[in-house]
Amino acid sequence: MSASSSNLSSALIAYQRIEHSFDSAFGAGLNPWRHLGALGFLFFWIVALTGLYLYVVLDTSVDGVYRSINWLSREQWYLGGVLRSLHRYAADAFLLVTLLHLLREFLLGRYTGFRHFSWLTGVPLLWFIYISGVVGVWLRWDQLAQFSAATTAEWLDWLPVFATPLIRNYLSANAVSDRLFSLFAFVHIGVPLLLIFGLWFHIQRISRAEVFPPTALSAGSLLALLALSLALPVTSQAPADLSLVPGLLPLDWFYLFWQPLMFATSAGVVWALVIGGSLLLFVLPVLPHAAAAPIAEVHPDNCNGCRRCFEDCPYAAIVMVPHPSGIAGRQLAQVIPDLCASCGICAGACPSSTPFRSTAELVTGIDMPQMPIGALRQDVERGLAQLEGRNGIVVFGCDQGASLSRLVGEDLARFSLICTGMLPPSFVEYALRGGAAGVLVTGCREGGCAFRLGNRWTEERLAGLREPHLRARPSRKALRIAWADRGEEAELADVVEDMRQALAAERLQNTEPIADATADTIVSPARTTAHG
Amino acid sequence: MPADQALIKLSFSHEGKLVSACRQRSAEELAKLAPNMRAPMDCPRGRSPVTVEIDLDGTPVYRHVAKPSGLSEDGASTVYHRFPVQSGEHRLAIRLNDDARNAGFNYRREETVNLKPGKVLVIDFNQETGGITLQ
Repeated sequence: MSASSSNLSSALIAYQRIEHSFDSAFGAGLNPWRHLGALGFLFFWIVALTGLYLYVVLDTSVDGVYRSINWLSREQWYLGGVLRSLHRYAADAFLLVTLLHLLREFLLGRYTGFRHFSWLTGVPLLWFIYISGVVGVWLRWDQLAQFSAATTAEWLDWLPVFATPLIRNYLSANAVSDRLFSLFAFVHIGVPLLLIFGLWFHIQRISRAEVFPPTALSAGSLLALLALSLALPVTSQAPADLSLVPGLLPLDWFYLFWQPLMFATSAGVVWALVIGGSLLLFVLPVLPHAAAAPIAEVHPDNCNGCRRCFEDCPYAAIVMVPHPSGIAGRQLAQVIPDLCASCGICAGACPSSTPFRSTAELVTGIDMPQMPIGALRQDVERGLAQLEGRNGIVVFGCDQGASLSRLVGEDLARFSLICTGMLPPSFVEYALRGGAAGVLVTGCREGGCAFRLGNRWTEERLAGLREPHLRARPSRKALRIAWADRGEEAELADVVEDMRQALAAERLQNTEPIADATADTIVSPARTTAHG
Repeated sequence: MPADQALIKLSFSHEGKLVSACRQRSAEELAKLAPNMRAPMDCPRGRSPVTVEIDLDGTPVYRHVAKPSGLSEDGASTVYHRFPVQSGEHRLAIRLNDDARNAGFNYRREETVNLKPGKVLVIDFNQETGGITLQ
């Protein structure tokens, strides 16, 4: 392992510790680290809506621009002042979660292959956010705005493209006209409009994109910003005076951090960082990386066109086309190679993936060449044969979550899928009927599925809320779901041990793992997690 | 910037004089040109670089030769430079030459200025208002 990849692994472990530490306070499903993109959308809309009010009162004349914004904080603090503070703090939060979103996806290696489109369309959004935010500071036209506008002009003038240096717009009061602030307002509103288009492109290749966080997280975020706005209302500095050097200024370190950096170094250094950083982000997807896994393949003879794979694919990589059989109305799934994540969630959604089919060779409608459902059935049968008596536990996990290789015991049969969402729920019943005392389903932590929707679809299928559903009605002790990320093998082992003891107690009562083998009524399985 | 200092900003955007003199075209030369191109004077496209020097209290503090902008060097020469100075009274001498055909400086200005702490003094150039300006 090279030094750089070792450093990346260390960074990823450190990041995951931080992310996991939030689970105890927020719960896995509401952990803000797993909703950074959606939080970005939320903050953007808060900025947009509060900005509407600010624009109504904004006077874009030289004399009026400072007065109109300052009036909000001084005279109408209860409405305009709060909205102004919300506007500013939501803008800071928007930038912060966007940067964290980028960092998280980078550490998780989510920028290559089928994800390259989302990555590449996300990078320019950073530019839009910065341009819009920095110009927003200038609309205050106080001393901070004066400093920032002049510094930005000096920075832009470093490029030999302007016939007349932009800094001449800020040399003296005579140089500043009403039109300047109309231009600022135009940019401050126009760039976010471009940002909306950019965001739309950014989520084009994922289905069911989470564009709003869960309600509780949204409400909590809004309340936190509101509390911050009331506790620390945003105010203007002294009005801009171009005949004087601005005094000591409280900087906005989210948007303006690079301006003191320019004075500490040079405009060229900041340009080098900006261009170099942008280029690095753009070329990341094309740098050498692991070869892409084989994509899903459709077997027309076993595809009845039910559309479940189409519905469940997290990346909109499946389209429905007329079936080659020519039967009127019958459809066939077709995989779009560039979009396929090779996650296998489609195979888990296929009703033909049931192991109860009597064919000697199980071929399903849509399958993963590297891990066919037929081979999984054979593996499960072999694993069940090796379990002693009816004490065994079958564990279905995934290659992205906690490693199953760390689970030991002759009473265990372990099967690591590409994604837990690849598990057809009928395999749970198949294992229990085949002699297992219990089945443990695991995978990435709730909300943290490497393929976005794997654990959500799995939970819903096992709970009977989504097709294909689990027909059998296992006892709560016979089926457990325990979400655990890579590195949490010890916690998963604790769940297995707890399950052993629970099943042992159940055996004393001579209870069957499947309460009613033929029942159609489905109840929710035990929704335990590896974290209690 | 320390509180007891002031800031001097030098900035101008000025087109220097033509790099060489215009020449009267002869009748033969005009006849060879397309009818719509028969301008009687043949002037060079390029402009002179603009040289500027600043002395502060008798000490040279800045000298710069600003090349004309544009691929053909036919645009304005631009300068922006800022330097902090101790507040108080200073003797400023500014010299500027925008004509490559003349040695020395064709614009000069000397002034005693009293700069308060935090004050920004802008040195500009505007040919229409008399050349070098202080504001």
